[in-house]
Amino acid sequence: MSGHRLRRMVRGVHLQTALVVSAVWSTVLLLWFLRRRQRTRGMVTEADRATYETLHTASLAAVEFRDGLTEHGSERAGRHLRTVLGSSAVAVCDRIGVLAWEGAGADHHVRQARAHADTCLESGRTVVLGQRDLTCPEPDCPVRAAVVSPLLTGDVVVGTLTAYGPQISPGLVRATEELAGWVSAQLDVAEAGRERTRAMEAELRALRAQISPHFVYNSLAAIASFVRTDPERARELLLEFADFTRYALRRGGAFTTLADELRNVERYLVLEQARFGERLGVSLLIAPEVLPISLPYLAIQPLVENAVRHGLAAKVGPGHVTITARDRGSEAEIVVEDDGVGAVPEVIQRALDNAPGGDDPSASVGLGNVDARLRQVYGDDHGLVVETAPGEGMRVSFRVPKYSPNVHASP
Amino acid sequence: MISELPVAMITLVCLLTLGVGAYGLRLSRHTSDFYVAGRAVSPRRNASAISGEYLSAASFLGVAGLVYDKGLDMLWFPVGYTVGYVVLLVLVAAPLRRSGAYTLPDFAEARLESQLIRRLSSLLVVAIGWLYLLPQLQGAGLALQRVSGAPAWVGGLVVTVVVVVNVAAGGMRSITLVQAMQYWLKLTAISVPAFVLVAVWFHAGRPSPQPPNPTWAEPGGGFGASGHALYSTWSTLLALALGTMGLPHVLVRFYTNPDGRDARRTTVSVIALLGLFYVFTPLYAVLGRAFLPHLAPGDQPDTIVLNLPLAASPGTLGQVLAAVLAGGAFAAFLSTASGLVVSVAGVIDQDLLRRRLARVTGNDASSINGFRIATGLAVVVPYAASRLVEPLGIATTVGLAFAVAAATFAPLLVLGVWWRGLTTVGAAAGLVVGGVSATLAVGLTILAGPFDGWAGVLLAQPAAWCTPLAVAATVIVSLATPRHIPAGTVRTLIRLHTPESVLPS
Repeated sequence: MSGHRLRRMVRGVHLQTALVVSAVWSTVLLLWFLRRRQRTRGMVTEADRATYETLHTASLAAVEFRDGLTEHGSERAGRHLRTVLGSSAVAVCDRIGVLAWEGAGADHHVRQARAHADTCLESGRTVVLGQRDLTCPEPDCPVRAAVVSPLLTGDVVVGTLTAYGPQISPGLVRATEELAGWVSAQLDVAEAGRERTRAMEAELRALRAQISPHFVYNSLAAIASFVRTDPERARELLLEFADFTRYALRRGGAFTTLADELRNVERYLVLEQARFGERLGVSLLIAPEVLPISLPYLAIQPLVENAVRHGLAAKVGPGHVTITARDRGSEAEIVVEDDGVGAVPEVIQRALDNAPGGDDPSASVGLGNVDARLRQVYGDDHGLVVETAPGEGMRVSFRVPKYSPNVHASP
Repeated sequence: MISELPVAMITLVCLLTLGVGAYGLRLSRHTSDFYVAGRAVSPRRNASAISGEYLSAASFLGVAGLVYDKGLDMLWFPVGYTVGYVVLLVLVAAPLRRSGAYTLPDFAEARLESQLIRRLSSLLVVAIGWLYLLPQLQGAGLALQRVSGAPAWVGGLVVTVVVVVNVAAGGMRSITLVQAMQYWLKLTAISVPAFVLVAVWFHAGRPSPQPPNPTWAEPGGGFGASGHALYSTWSTLLALALGTMGLPHVLVRFYTNPDGRDARRTTVSVIALLGLFYVFTPLYAVLGRAFLPHLAPGDQPDTIVLNLPLAASPGTLGQVLAAVLAGGAFAAFLSTASGLVVSVAGVIDQDLLRRRLARVTGNDASSINGFRIATGLAVVVPYAASRLVEPLGIATTVGLAFAVAAATFAPLLVLGVWWRGLTTVGAAAGLVVGGVSATLAVGLTILAGPFDGWAGVLLAQPAAWCTPLAVAATVIVSLATPRHIPAGTVRTLIRLHTPESVLPS
């Protein structure tokens, strides 16, 4: 068979194969699509359908309030809110002004919307406005009457939801009140989320304060011992101490780079070595590829402090701390190991579980906090992994994704 | 011309790669007591690593083969491979680094805050990676066949096995030092024989190159076979210039730079290193024309680099040079294939496999196992394809991979970095339009082509019409859907464009 004919045949076969494969694929896709359609559009009554659609529209609006009562969110939610109410127009106001107007009359009524909300914002009760309160020069405009319902977070009136129409039916009043109540519930959820973030931030501040007292005292005492015998070393240590405190007490974002965090760990270890001398051996094994990774600020230093204070300080004779950062493709693995006295696993388990408010001060103050913050940022499968037994040393490790949405180091 | 020496060299390169992979973790660590964190990867070393991974079979064998076969027009290929980094440098290098993205889907998610765009990008990364791997494996088969007489499927299989073992075992993942050494290895392997061959050429009385046809040395001659030389030239150049930024294994390396400024410095070094390498490859084509005006029947033009030494100097010198070049070519297959497989496997694992695997096994499979399965998928599919479809020529197929990248990721990246009005719907429309049109054109060309006339040219060189089409789709749909501008656009763009030096420290 000549090369040319072989070429031909190979090509012919593949065009056919390609056609068959694409035909099979399209059939599979079509079947899947039909099945899905059937599942969603199956046998439902009109009433059921109305319920589903209302619930669906409501859930679309709910997403927009996840950041609280914002202009952007309100604008995007407005359309859905108006669909649910079936009114001519809908306005969302906060205490300062109009956040969104959706529907008819946007051009000439937007500026009055905040004034319409006044009574409701003061009383915290639903208010109905009639023809007298709503003057409109345009004969075709459907904005003639309004229902204003309050939006609450907890017990505080934070804004209003206003429905406009040619006239107001008792049904619309009821619907607006209920919808305002439902939006308030969404705002409460958003507030709870913010509350949790604030709690985490408070914890981070607490952690900053926690590392200081013992360490500050010990470091200064160690530095003082060098002032006469080795003034040059004392000076260097003081500068390290200054840099360490600047990093640990900084006011900035919640994230830093692995390079900065490790640099701070090094300062910490220099100061601890001044105190422990030959008793404290340290190795760092760092893959340079992972140094630019962003991770929560003070995620490693507490683990090292835990290894030194609880693992090695109690040990007789020299001890060794090893810090490893490995490249694992789309993640980095960070390990802090010591050959100190170790701990009973249950104690560590309790320290991790009790976080953040763990009341066991002896062990692992930092562990629970670091664990909680890692889980909050990256999800539950990125918490600390602790391997330990009495007398066997301790190995604490965690994995950090190289990219995670919303994690950006700030200097 | 079959001999043991090149085979021994290839075996040595494969064993060396496996060995370095096994011991690689030690190389990747810096062991010291203190102040290790200051030792970030320097721009120069990172540039060597990028170049080492980037210089593929297309550069090592394909460019010389194309110039030898078709004419001096094909010099646009090395120009395009390098110009891609100039475009990358000017338009996106620093902002991409500042985005914090590790892969292209990461960037899509960071910029557009949409899981849909992320998934679309993942699919495209896998498609481009597979398309790029295809000619590497075909080239490996070709090279091994040339030097040892083994059937064509053996070479591809050797590369497949070495890469899978290496990547799945955890070595070679992204060890900058190893990839940086690869560049210097390849440069030595291509430049030293080139100097020797030029000396041989002088010694032989400077025989002049014999063009296969009168237009060989003319502008437009090489692309002239299609009858639309000007269009083909521009389309090739556009694909290579814009495609580089959309290759899956390029962005991953930029992550290693500490900041945007270093990302730019790295890119400048890459341009210099690539330029240096591409000085040597056309030499082989021209010397080939002088020493070996007619290929033995059944030989592909892509083997000219391997054929030349023995044609120029039969005997031990030729054997040794052929062995060095064969080793260098295999180093090129292995390093590019590893880089691609790591990137593609990472995306398959993270975006396509992990959730499904977790559902099937009930969270039993560890993340390492997922990555191993993904590695298998990432390389077995292109290997199967390399056995099924007929080789189009290494550099041509690589050009098609660049075309798909240019029609999909280039609009997404450039508009994403520079245009505030980009919406999720617009970006999705651009990816779909560019992706579907470019993959259709490429698929038809690979499976059923080449075709004649304008249709054939448009299908074989899709970048010049697919890319503008994708840009138009992105811009028009974005303008029509202003409500879908991602909420964090302004914040993201500020982060992408603020130089690190102005941030308070």
